[in-house]
Amino acid sequence: MATDSRGRPPFTSRLGQPGTVPLSALRTGERGVVVQLAGGRGLLGRMTALGFTPGAEVTVIQNFGRGPLIARVRDARIALGRGEAGQIYVRRRSG
Amino acid sequence: MSTCHSVENATTIDPRTAERTVLVALAGQPNVGKSTLFNLLTGLNQHVGNWPGKTVERKEGTFTFNGTTYRLVDLPGTYSLTANSAEEVIAREFIIRERPDVVVALVDAATLERSLYLVAELLPLPAPVVVALNMMDVARQEGMRIEPEVLEAALGVPVVPMVATRNIGAWELMEMVDRVAHGEVSYEPRFPQIRADHREVLGEIEGLIAGYVPDPYPQEWVALKLLEGDREVTRMMQGGMPPEQWEAVHEVLRAHDDALVAVASGRYEWIGRMVRAAVTRPRVGQISRTERLDRWATHPFWGLVILASILGLVFWLTYAVGTPLQDLLDTYVVGALADLARAGLSGGPEWLAGLVADGVIGGAGAMLTFLPILVVFFAVMGMLEDTGYLARAAYVMDGFMHLMGLHGKSFLPLFLGFGCNVPAVLGARVIESRRARLLTILLAPLIPCTARMAVIAFLAPAFFGSAATLVSWGMVLLALAVLALSGVVINKAAFRGQRAAFIMELPLYHLPNWRTIGLLVWQRSVAFVRKAGTLILAVSVVVWVLSTLPGGSVDTSFLAQIGRWLEPVGRLVGLDWRLMVALLTSFIAKENAIATLGVLFGAGEGAGLAETLAATFPPSAALAFLTVQMLFIPCVATVGVVRQETGSWWWTLFDVGFLLVVSLVAGVVVYQLARLGGL
Repeated sequence: MATDSRGRPPFTSRLGQPGTVPLSALRTGERGVVVQLAGGRGLLGRMTALGFTPGAEVTVIQNFGRGPLIARVRDARIALGRGEAGQIYVRRRSG
Repeated sequence: MSTCHSVENATTIDPRTAERTVLVALAGQPNVGKSTLFNLLTGLNQHVGNWPGKTVERKEGTFTFNGTTYRLVDLPGTYSLTANSAEEVIAREFIIRERPDVVVALVDAATLERSLYLVAELLPLPAPVVVALNMMDVARQEGMRIEPEVLEAALGVPVVPMVATRNIGAWELMEMVDRVAHGEVSYEPRFPQIRADHREVLGEIEGLIAGYVPDPYPQEWVALKLLEGDREVTRMMQGGMPPEQWEAVHEVLRAHDDALVAVASGRYEWIGRMVRAAVTRPRVGQISRTERLDRWATHPFWGLVILASILGLVFWLTYAVGTPLQDLLDTYVVGALADLARAGLSGGPEWLAGLVADGVIGGAGAMLTFLPILVVFFAVMGMLEDTGYLARAAYVMDGFMHLMGLHGKSFLPLFLGFGCNVPAVLGARVIESRRARLLTILLAPLIPCTARMAVIAFLAPAFFGSAATLVSWGMVLLALAVLALSGVVINKAAFRGQRAAFIMELPLYHLPNWRTIGLLVWQRSVAFVRKAGTLILAVSVVVWVLSTLPGGSVDTSFLAQIGRWLEPVGRLVGLDWRLMVALLTSFIAKENAIATLGVLFGAGEGAGLAETLAATFPPSAALAFLTVQMLFIPCVATVGVVRQETGSWWWTLFDVGFLLVVSLVAGVVVYQLARLGGL
């Protein structure tokens, strides 16, 4: 389980709720809607400022199954480490 | 361009009669073209320095428009204004404390929603905002149609469309800024609101902190930042409130520690309402040029091939352009000046001619000859950054750099270090995270630069004959292994193993703006000469004095005495005092090691020296010397820029001490192992 910078568990409690997967689980070309964010304040601050907030639509542009990946959110392309992408929970969207 | 603002009193009272300088702050997220607009408005009339007490670059310029003098301050590029980094704190403190007459919020039309996030943070601050909607051309290419008038009506603040790279809209922007600054435009922004489920708690906090908020800070803003868990604001309020009152605030905050996401969501909901009517996308789902290029540039394999090709080109450019220029400067400017000084001072005491010719001109020359290479590197780095490629290079190298606690963006500066460590240290500026930047700066001197490779290239064949190539490669690998290991250790010890989160924007590719790059090269070169240059000159003179006095020759000098005094240390590494002195003089420039050995062994620098050395020292000592030489204290130019870029003597001295210890320990280990191995 991930912890924040002070070693506390993340304050979100609904992580991994049914139907949600980490962003890192989406394959290239798949789309999803952000449901939940985890991580310490610093990371959360950066993720939200870059456009990842609940309700935002995300398209994975590149994901080779390992290493960092690229996602499009709010018209911008954001590169994330696999660990960081694992803190963003999305609901898959078909089509 | 809209003209729907009500013009108040423009004819009756002219505020321009009270002549004064209008202060304008330029805010914007990274990659929105802030430098381009800044250069466009201020031209060459700009001053570059650092924000007080910070190592963040501060640009300021003045210009006149419509008879009014404007002072334009470029705020650091940030995505938000929450205290995650020094840049964010600087930007918001400037607006709150200096109260600029106008804040120009530069926004990228092609990523409008995301760009407006900063505007949502700027509006609650106590300064009127004018939105400059840049990159309208790019947005059109990306299939978006934006109506500035509609956006303006929704936001309630002036919106000026522009294409800064083609000088479109700058005049209209300044006209609007001019009118806002003189109160000729009614300014009624529609403020973003917190998400409904947190409105109550925000009110509660505001009630609790009422009366305790220190002066220029707006109370509602402070309450919002507390909810967001902002470090600086929390510290400020905790220090300024009675403990029991703070405890009550803290209690509320603890119960709502997920509010950060709610606050951010609220801003995006507001943005969504603002842009809904203003943006249409007739063509959805088409693949942009950037994404097509990125299929190659960010591919795990082809991305590396492209990166390697670009780096190859960079080095070719450096050697084809930079090095010949360096030689020319060395021969015709530095050499000629030194000869001139010697001739001019020939009547005076010999030491004076030596001091001026070798100490002062030699030192200044060392700095001057760095410039051609620096200019090439600055230009290349600026170009790679400006086109958007730098972020891709960071992306493909990120996994590898993580192994040593570094960030993907550390790769390029470090790689440039193979040419020269000075641009490597200066290039670390592209890294946003302060911690990763510092670590990159501290590690950069461990990259074997060309000057050190030259020493190896001279000595390795002399000592090891046919095994020279193997030894040279071994030395490079050793240096890189030490770098990786040091990265892990310093990261663990100094930064408790934390690494900067890897999350960054891959900006759209675009053609480089030569004006922006040219100015960047000019400003960085001037900064190098002014700041690092003074230190380089001073140290050069001191080392020259030590290596000359009292007798006028190196082998009887103070430096030689220091070398003899250090001999017990040297013996552990198998080095005699002459090798120690060679190491000490390499502080001015790494290639000095050979010249010094030439003097100390009275054999010049030719083949004679190589033979003498090979005959004097066993291979074990030679190996140890090459090892120490490779990892030793960086040259004074590098130390100068480490000081300049870290802004801290403490870190500079730490780095020097660290490298001293590492090089000697590695030397001892190599020496003892080599002796065990029978060398």
